[in-house]
Amino acid sequence: MLHLILFSVFAVIAVAGALNLLVQRHPISSALSLIVVMGSLAVEYLLLGAEFVAAIQVIIYAGAIMVLFVFVIMLLNAGVEERTKGSKVALILGFPAMLVGGLLVAWVLLRAPNVGSVNVGAMYGPPKAIGWLLFHDFLLPFEVTSVLVLIAIMGAVVLASPVRSRFSRPQPEPERQALKAAAGTEPAHEETVTARRSS
Amino acid sequence: MIATADYIRILPEIVLTLFGLIVMFVDPLLPESRNVKPLGIIALIGSLGAVAASIYQMRYPGPAFWNFVVVDNFSIFFHLLVTIAAALVIMASFEYLRVQEIRAGEYFGLILFGTVGMALMSSAVELVLIFIALEISSISTYILAGFRRRDAGSVESSLKYFLLGSFATAFFLYGIALMFGATGSTDIPQIASALRLNGAPLLAYVAYALMFVGLGFKIASAPFHVWTPDVYEGAPSPVVAFMSTAPKMAVFAVLLRILFVTESPSLLAGSRPVWFWWVWGSAAVSMTLGNLGALVQNNVKRMLAYSAIAHAGYLLVAFAAAPEAGISAAMFYAASYTAMNLGAFIVVSHFANAGERYVTLDDYTGLGRRSPLLAMTLTIFLISLIGIPATAGFFAKFYVFSAALKANLVWLTIIAVVNSAIGAYYYLRVIVAMYMRDSTQEIPVMRVPAGVTATLLCSVAAVIYLGILPGRVLEFATRSAQSLLR
Amino acid sequence: MVPLHYYLLLSAILFACGVTGFLIKRNIITIFMSIELMLNAVNLSFVAFAARWHVLSGQVFVFFVMVVAAAETAVGLAIIIAVYRTRETLNVDQVNLLKL
Repeated sequence: MLHLILFSVFAVIAVAGALNLLVQRHPISSALSLIVVMGSLAVEYLLLGAEFVAAIQVIIYAGAIMVLFVFVIMLLNAGVEERTKGSKVALILGFPAMLVGGLLVAWVLLRAPNVGSVNVGAMYGPPKAIGWLLFHDFLLPFEVTSVLVLIAIMGAVVLASPVRSRFSRPQPEPERQALKAAAGTEPAHEETVTARRSS
Repeated sequence: MIATADYIRILPEIVLTLFGLIVMFVDPLLPESRNVKPLGIIALIGSLGAVAASIYQMRYPGPAFWNFVVVDNFSIFFHLLVTIAAALVIMASFEYLRVQEIRAGEYFGLILFGTVGMALMSSAVELVLIFIALEISSISTYILAGFRRRDAGSVESSLKYFLLGSFATAFFLYGIALMFGATGSTDIPQIASALRLNGAPLLAYVAYALMFVGLGFKIASAPFHVWTPDVYEGAPSPVVAFMSTAPKMAVFAVLLRILFVTESPSLLAGSRPVWFWWVWGSAAVSMTLGNLGALVQNNVKRMLAYSAIAHAGYLLVAFAAAPEAGISAAMFYAASYTAMNLGAFIVVSHFANAGERYVTLDDYTGLGRRSPLLAMTLTIFLISLIGIPATAGFFAKFYVFSAALKANLVWLTIIAVVNSAIGAYYYLRVIVAMYMRDSTQEIPVMRVPAGVTATLLCSVAAVIYLGILPGRVLEFATRSAQSLLR
Repeated sequence: MVPLHYYLLLSAILFACGVTGFLIKRNIITIFMSIELMLNAVNLSFVAFAARWHVLSGQVFVFFVMVVAAAETAVGLAIIIAVYRTRETLNVDQVNLLKL
């Protein structure tokens, strides 16, 4: 009984957080409600017995990833979301498709045979057992993720580093105009942006 | 204990990773103005080494690393496809990087690391490993799409590709979770046996649908194709040549493996798989929308993007066809599509010049006189994309259509044939513009550097070889199909 | 005792919230957060199904999903910063996303 109560309370908090993410107009509010969702999901994991997963949920997701989000929101000084007209495709095709799909998935999940119920800590996942699986059976995927992380580092460095030209010679005006037309932004633009932000 | 053979079975991936690391280490040691050539040569050696390693693997078929990867003819076929495509793109990028002032170290490194993911996708037989490999290949292409940083269009195309791509990835992941829930395993052969024992529960149908949504996005098949023209238009051209071929073919390999191996019992019994109508519809809609979209394009890059959607549709026709002939036809189509599409995009890339300025149909007028080499190679690729005999495209289409007819898919074949006819119109329009019309403006045609020439010649050779002597490749594909279905 | 259905339904509801957020939100960062919400929902499914089949590997998958999510976040936020540099906006409609 206590299990059901705990489950329901945190399920309600999770759904409320998710809905709040949709309703809030400031990205920081959305980010904080996402942290609420992640925290209550950690409790749900604990109820299922996945204590290692619960721990890394808090450390990696709520800790590292969300901090990164909040950091970028602060860095870009993101303001309140403007309510512009959304894509028509999303409205006409997206929502009906999503509604039908969601109802279908819910119906199938409810009808899934012999799923049964679980006790508290039904599938006990201690760090030792997880670690053994991770470094034995799942050795190859584990090693492969290192390539993934390497790519992520390279990508972040390439994309977030400031644009600079190797040949920063002054160009005659017409050529600059042509470059501007072709490239969309002119190099000088970049400097004004940085200057304004730092002031 | 991990046996030596286990390491040999992931040797191409190891080689690619090692050379990617070497590129990263050498990059800071070289002066930035002269680092394109040495880094490119290292990357080229790495990708060719991976080609050699894939060939060497043929002597060591079998599973490795607790059944996470399997080396069979099928995996070797797609290994060769993606590593050769990577080598060709690396070879063609030298000049482009110099003109566009793109950082060479990261560019080559990302191509090599991305190829690790693509190679792994074709040999992985476990859904979670497939997911990680798919993410490696996707994330590296998201980054590569945004490499022309001074151009807002390039960064935007990267953002669009990234947002929609990770949206699709989440669907694929949900599909994996439901498949795990339906069968209790993520190992593809075990899923197959679980489905055979208990019959497919409803949950498995939903899982198939969700996985198809995720992968359908990556191969740009309708109705998940909307991103393709914008992303291809904004991304750097050599990167488009890469991402419209290698990662896409790797995803087709994953689709072939998941769809056919999990359903192999019912397929061998001659009944239709659960995903049949889904694939049928997607193929028909992709072909039609792709070709109709391409008709109205004036930008050659966008036109080729729509043509890529249409070709994904033709390839899916082979999925709906009889299993054995269908798989080998799909594999042959993948090989010919890679050769001709990569070549076409390399020509477009070189002609577009710095800043990707010359990409409209009007710019192509009179190209036949100004640069015979570019015009002639582009003509061969376009003829092959139409499917005219003596080129790879002809046999590719021929095998796919005959496999579809063998399975009595008359309507789908009719749709495909009508679409090929529509396709001929817009491909021919480019050829006519190049040879029949005089240029209205003065466009400088850059000297074609050795790297681009070599790439174009290799692609032309592949297109002609597959178009005249398709026997060996088809036979290899047929053997792979049998090993897959067994 | 809690029926496992409840966990799966919770996961489906959260996933649907994520999809909705992706479709209706206009701020790129919030759209990206919706994708993270979808991944979180899938993780709950993995853990619940691990309890159903009594195999621990379901919990290991969550670990891999988190690594992938972290890598995706790093790259995604870098792309967002790059877009902001050229456009100075975080509104998707002004970045011509999803135009047809």
